[in-house]
Amino acid sequence: MISPTEPSDNTSEPVIEIRNLVKKYAGTTAVNEVSFAVNCGEIVGFLGPNGAGKSTTMRILTGFIPATSGTATVCGHSVSGEADKIRPKLGYMPENNPLPEDLRVGEYLRLRGKLKGLRGKNLRDQIDLVLEKCDLTRSRRRIIGTLSKGFRQRVGIAEAIIADPEIIIMDEPTIGLDPHQIAMIRDLITSLKRRMTILISSHILPEIEMTCDRVIIINAGRIVASDTPRNLRREFVPGARYEAEWSGDEDLLLGHLQNLDPEFKISRAEEELASEETDFRTIHLHSKEDKEFGEDLIQALTKEPSFRLRSLHRKDPTLEEVFMAATKRSWEVVMPEAPVTPETQNGD
Amino acid sequence: MRKYLILLKAELRNLYFSPATYIAAFLFVILMGLLFQYAVNTFVQSTQEVPPWVLFFQASFWVPVCFMVPLLTMRSLAEEKKLGTLESILSTPVSPGQLVGAKFTAAYLFYILLWAFTLGFNALLYQMAPSENLWESGPIIGGILFTLFSGLFFVSLGVLTSALTRSQLVAGIFSFTFLFLIIFGTWFLARLPMTGVDLEGNLLTVIEYVNIFQHAEDFGQGVIDSRPLVLYASGALLFLSLSILAVESKFWRA
Repeated sequence: MISPTEPSDNTSEPVIEIRNLVKKYAGTTAVNEVSFAVNCGEIVGFLGPNGAGKSTTMRILTGFIPATSGTATVCGHSVSGEADKIRPKLGYMPENNPLPEDLRVGEYLRLRGKLKGLRGKNLRDQIDLVLEKCDLTRSRRRIIGTLSKGFRQRVGIAEAIIADPEIIIMDEPTIGLDPHQIAMIRDLITSLKRRMTILISSHILPEIEMTCDRVIIINAGRIVASDTPRNLRREFVPGARYEAEWSGDEDLLLGHLQNLDPEFKISRAEEELASEETDFRTIHLHSKEDKEFGEDLIQALTKEPSFRLRSLHRKDPTLEEVFMAATKRSWEVVMPEAPVTPETQNGD
Repeated sequence: MRKYLILLKAELRNLYFSPATYIAAFLFVILMGLLFQYAVNTFVQSTQEVPPWVLFFQASFWVPVCFMVPLLTMRSLAEEKKLGTLESILSTPVSPGQLVGAKFTAAYLFYILLWAFTLGFNALLYQMAPSENLWESGPIIGGILFTLFSGLFFVSLGVLTSALTRSQLVAGIFSFTFLFLIIFGTWFLARLPMTGVDLEGNLLTVIEYVNIFQHAEDFGQGVIDSRPLVLYASGALLFLSLSILAVESKFWRA
């Protein structure tokens, strides 16, 4: 039953644990020495560019494909040997969310609920509950083949959570949804927080940021970063950044700013202000130091009588920027290895 | 067992609600009806030793096998693979054995249902010409037994080809080819002029053992032999086990 219960107290034991996982497909390495652990009740976002190995890792976790080497355990059971013990605890939504085309939404959920061991009143209650949670109650009699992408996506999510699993693995659940639906999924995931352990991969980074406790960024089969979004920002895009609408002499301002921090930089925003009648413009102020400059900046930006300040706000790097920085850094690390092609290896 | 029944019910329900089922059944009955009518014609025009049902059964038992079995079974697992639903269904607590078993049983039941329609031809003929010459119970019981057991064999072969590929078309072509080879290949081998070749021994016994046309002829005349039944049942077990292995095997999934 999906009901507010206390989180189980075995938080010390990781629910998902992956050690040195390697998966090779016919010559290419999709997942390369990946290790991570997910604790009970955690929501972990799994990020990476296309082909980074996200789906492969998730498929190995569900026992659908085997790893080439390394170990993966879910709830202490090995995914290769004891998959039958893991499956009842798992809700999985595969990539592209495959669904049978010719069933009605209610029928599909009923079938899946039964296969996951629900029956009788419990089954009916759970179906009603997930339909409600995923905003599908009015669509329960519609045929899945006729549904739009957003609906299908929600049917997939409803299926994943129907048997109230301990672990939910969702591969790109928010793809193809509109902002309302994304907000709904976000609320849904937040409501599952602490009771279920959730591993979710996505391209929609603000979503990950809002819901996830921790983000794992993977690129070219390797983990390049794993931390809370806040710490990742500090690590990959250090410093403080502000945006101001301001008019005045920039060289004069730079002098004032460099009193605060000698490495302060000013750059113009690319888009100019629409209001042509004033000479206000949007400028970006960067410091390499990560501290609060707000008050000092207001003083500096209004120090001269010719300076006029209309607005000033701190601009935190988005997760996109963190993602770009992290994956770029990993390319730089990975690149020197790249020339080692099979031919050169054979030449040894 | 419970999961198997749930899956089987879902499969049967799919068949029941799918228009393709009714179209296939309708066309099948028309085709078989024409063949039966041809058998009755032959019976009427010249004196025959056997009733029309036997003529019909012996001459045309392979038509539904070669054409209906591939059509019935080709989508069963190949479609699940193609759509990716195999991945999501195997992430639920369902074993490949239960899945393959349910797919096989649904296709088998439909196949048997199609054959059951052809019994209606006899009933019609008996109504129009209530003559004891036309109606013997032995050939009908033999025909039913042959259909039930050979159906296990043929349908399981179809399921196996579907388990080996992602493409329904390839699965269909494979199962048509294999069924055709098994039925006509054994017939052909049994009729090869073997003079000059020393086959007086095991090989000839083997060919006779697997000659499906011969089985159909025997059973169609009411001669019931347990050896072909063992062949069909064990063959079906083999094919189903291989299908389960193919679904389990990670190699065929990628």
